[in-house]
Amino acid sequence: MGFLKKLSRLFRSRAGVQQLPAGSVTVDRDGHVVTSTVSSAYPKALLGEIGRDVLVLFREARAAQMPLAEVTIHFTSLRITARELRGGAIIFLFPQTALSPMPT
Amino acid sequence: MQTQQKILVLDDDADWLDLCREIFLQLPSKPDVRTASSARRALAMLESEPFRLLICDLKMPRMDGLQVLAIVRRRFPGLRTVVLSGLEDEEFRSRAYALGVDLFWLKSDMQRNSKMFTECLESLLGHDTDGGFRGIQSKSLMDIIQMECLSRSSSVLRITRGPLVAKLWLQDGELIDAEAEGARGEVAFRRILAWKSGTFENLPAEPGRERTITKPINALLLESAQAMDENANPSTETQFVDASHRKTIWKLSLLTREGAEFVIAVPPEGQGEPEALGTQSADQLAIWTRHAAEIVKELGDKIEAGPLSHISGNNLEKQLMVLPHGDKSFLVGWPPGAASNQLLEQSRKLVASWDS
Repeated sequence: MGFLKKLSRLFRSRAGVQQLPAGSVTVDRDGHVVTSTVSSAYPKALLGEIGRDVLVLFREARAAQMPLAEVTIHFTSLRITARELRGGAIIFLFPQTALSPMPT
Repeated sequence: MQTQQKILVLDDDADWLDLCREIFLQLPSKPDVRTASSARRALAMLESEPFRLLICDLKMPRMDGLQVLAIVRRRFPGLRTVVLSGLEDEEFRSRAYALGVDLFWLKSDMQRNSKMFTECLESLLGHDTDGGFRGIQSKSLMDIIQMECLSRSSSVLRITRGPLVAKLWLQDGELIDAEAEGARGEVAFRRILAWKSGTFENLPAEPGRERTITKPINALLLESAQAMDENANPSTETQFVDASHRKTIWKLSLLTREGAEFVIAVPPEGQGEPEALGTQSADQLAIWTRHAAEIVKELGDKIEAGPLSHISGNNLEKQLMVLPHGDKSFLVGWPPGAASNQLLEQSRKLVASWDS
């Protein structure tokens, strides 16, 4: 039994599939995560990346004379909806399945 | 001696499986009908013995039909696939055909029109067992229309190119009507012929369809071929300027017809200037579009969320869509009142027509 446990731990540690985040995140104007309902198993660094990229989209849209109140990024398996909040943003993360309704 | 073909039916509803089994056993070729109530079981059966046809439901627990079809297409490329679903949504039909299924049929239609359905199955079980080519991807649209006309058939040819859908109505081997990109008749027919790729589907004939095309099909094909040759090889500068002018007018009319405010086509950096219609601040918006597409694609790779489909955004004055298309990115601006649930489809149509 001990041998099997060791083996299962070994395989678990090598599993390379990244789980998709689900929940909401609030980021401040510097992209730091303020609050989050995303599972704590999801890497914080990646949540930070999402927050920073979303803020860049808002900031550059404003610089292009097209300020946006809301942005939604549609990936094949994840939808990210972000609303601007006084420089920061609230971000909603929705994993998509094959039978999820088509995004609009 | 002819071997007995095997059909595998996959559905999570046991009563439905019994009904299907009963119906398919009546097929003239007397196939061997097997059933599976889960995707895992179906895949195991496909691994263990050769099947000719898989009939699959879409909505199932754990692994849905689209996931099964994606796996089957990779592992068993020779297997014929049919979707038999209760989901009456054009979107699932398109997704299933995009996965390469041979036939998409609604369960309600199967019960109403079981004879036609069983004929289709019989045809899928029967033909090209000894080689030959499958599908019509290797043929041009001209070839397909000519074949349909020569066989004096009556049908509706539905042609799909990305989000664009066109239809050709054939009656006793004659082309009687065409519809594409908001146009009808000969104009629509010429637009369809300009499409270089797409998928085709034969639908039942519509005998009551009003006739808008009276020219013989050969004359139309000849005229279209000449026009395409001229467009491909403009002989003088004047012709080139005329063609460019016509293209701009056509794009403007397209923009107006769809109800969009502006379109900007943004090539990758260093590969030409952005092309814009309907906006004064094209340069700034093009920079934003290019950068937005780049950072979002990188983000998608990092978080393993799959390829980027599109980005949408809005403020009180506008709704925006950023769509990657080939190596370009398109930014389409819509008025705030435009129906947001149709914007994606409309933007895709606009972009596909823009670049055609």
